[in-house]
Amino acid sequence: MNAAVTVVFALLGVLAVGSALLVVTTRQVVHAALWLVVALGAVAGCYLLLRAEFVAWVQVLVYVGAVVVLLLFALMLTKAPIGVSEDLDAGLAQRVVAAMVALATGALLVTVLVDGFSGEVIDQGATGGAPAIGASVFRSWVLPFEVLSVLLLAALVGAIVLSRRDVPGAGAADSVAGGR
Amino acid sequence: MSVHTLGRLPLAYQPAGTFGTDPWWLVVLKAVGIFVFLVVMTLLAIWWERRVVARMQHRIGPNRVGPQGLLQSLADGIKLALKEDIVPRAADKVVFVLAPVLAAVPAFMAYAVMPFGPQVSIFGHRTMLQLTDLPVAVLYVIAVTSIGVYGIVLAGWSSGSTYPLLGALRSSAQVISYEIAMGLSFVAVFLFAGSMSTSQIVNQQTNLWFAIPLLPSFLIYATAMVGETNRAPFDLPEAEGELVGGFHTEYSSLKFALFFLAEYINMVTVSTLATTLFLGGWRAPWPLSLVGVDPAHPEGLLNTGWWPVLWFIAKINIFIFVFIWLRGTLPRLRYDQFMRIGWKILIPVSLLWILAVAAIRALTLDITLDRRTLFVWVGGVLAVVFVVSLAWDTLAERRGAAGAQDVPAAGFDPMAGGYPVPPLPGQSLPAYADLAVSPVSARAGSAEPDGTRDPVEGDDA
Repeated sequence: MNAAVTVVFALLGVLAVGSALLVVTTRQVVHAALWLVVALGAVAGCYLLLRAEFVAWVQVLVYVGAVVVLLLFALMLTKAPIGVSEDLDAGLAQRVVAAMVALATGALLVTVLVDGFSGEVIDQGATGGAPAIGASVFRSWVLPFEVLSVLLLAALVGAIVLSRRDVPGAGAADSVAGGR
Repeated sequence: MSVHTLGRLPLAYQPAGTFGTDPWWLVVLKAVGIFVFLVVMTLLAIWWERRVVARMQHRIGPNRVGPQGLLQSLADGIKLALKEDIVPRAADKVVFVLAPVLAAVPAFMAYAVMPFGPQVSIFGHRTMLQLTDLPVAVLYVIAVTSIGVYGIVLAGWSSGSTYPLLGALRSSAQVISYEIAMGLSFVAVFLFAGSMSTSQIVNQQTNLWFAIPLLPSFLIYATAMVGETNRAPFDLPEAEGELVGGFHTEYSSLKFALFFLAEYINMVTVSTLATTLFLGGWRAPWPLSLVGVDPAHPEGLLNTGWWPVLWFIAKINIFIFVFIWLRGTLPRLRYDQFMRIGWKILIPVSLLWILAVAAIRALTLDITLDRRTLFVWVGGVLAVVFVVSLAWDTLAERRGAAGAQDVPAAGFDPMAGGYPVPPLPGQSLPAYADLAVSPVSARAGSAEPDGTRDPVEGDDA
């Protein structure tokens, strides 16, 4: 990487971390979702600078274009208020524990990455493109990939079962919904 | 089949032609050219839409400003710019201003990878008639247009008003549902072209436009693109009769104009994508593509130089005409009908179709199965499936008819949950309880004025 790319990469990293902090500190629910968009977008920018364009655009498509839109959809369905919500704040103990957990996770990830990949040279043109990703997902990592798909399918079926009212045994949910 | 190649299956071609070697002034020229093209297309499309819809409704339409009213949209734009800019008191100010920008900017960005034509000479410089291309260009277009939905969602939420919020909710559900079908319809194109680069996809359509072998994909995309752009008959997010103006109810002046611009640019963008992926992009239509073909010029006269821009714009405008035609012809769908089309028809059909395309491609290219043998087998399997499904339907219908007589006519609470509600399928109105033979005929009877009179209506009259 040349100097300019390194500088932009660092700036995007700062942007990602900064907006991630804003996600958890802002007192407005929808703004938190929007800061999440910025954080995920900055990560996509980092991928792009590493010339992993396939990963970058999939990141934008899946996380920015679908996951957070669904999040916003849920927020609106529950009438997310405009303006500051005072009850969005946690107590001091919770904050300290959350910060510790975050730092520990970050430290774990950094040590794993540094231990596993430090000094490794990535062939930038090839590793992030569609052919390389496709080959590794469907050859080396095909079993984890399929297991993940089954997991997602199970979650999908579970969500449908939970929301159905016309199956026997769902009487409790039915009476709650009918009693409104 | 070796480990590193997939037989004769094409594996991710790079873009056709060279990109990234233009001097800076040419890049700026192309970018400005795309901007101007999109704005002019918007102005013309609005004029065209108003004239065509007027014609379909036996009206004249705007014909005062400029020849044939051509400058009407320009005058409207100036009028919008001079209007008062209102921000509701309950609005979230920052997001309210951000939303129209978020709607308009991605609409422009998606056009960066659209191929207008082959290599041409601009001021003595050989260059592709396309701002840039990526190995994953189509993915880029989907990703960028999926950001555009934020404009709509945030506009609805930040207005601090009921109808815009409802419009935004509908819109986000709609775009998410139809984006899946849209993405799936591209997969077959990628399999055929062996690339996600727009220039390479156009290049692969030299002999045959993908709309012909991939007709199901094309039809799915054509349906999904109407849903994706929130146009009639899928214009539920801005249904005038139900939601005032939908997500942009509270917007005025230039912010409203930006939404208007974004909607029309999105129309142009999805039309361009359809042209590029399915209708041969800038390539001349069949008889014209043969003009001037000889061994020295395999592309022919009308596929080189600046000619392709003409075919490109003509194809886009055909799609835009279809958009207008649909709006002038079809009533708006009900929300559940709309969702059923998306989830129960478009997505399963496209999944099956992708499976079929992948299987056929692998069989013919990899195992080199004779195409005739293959089609006989496929036809045989399809025939069996058809017969089985027909038998299944007949059985289900008979079972349904037998079961319908057991359905109790009661069970309908007209004030369920404290609101007046219509009867659900299987329930019938109390007034028809003794007439109801099956739920189907009960519902049909209530819709027909010449049947038995509803006593409740009779009281009102």
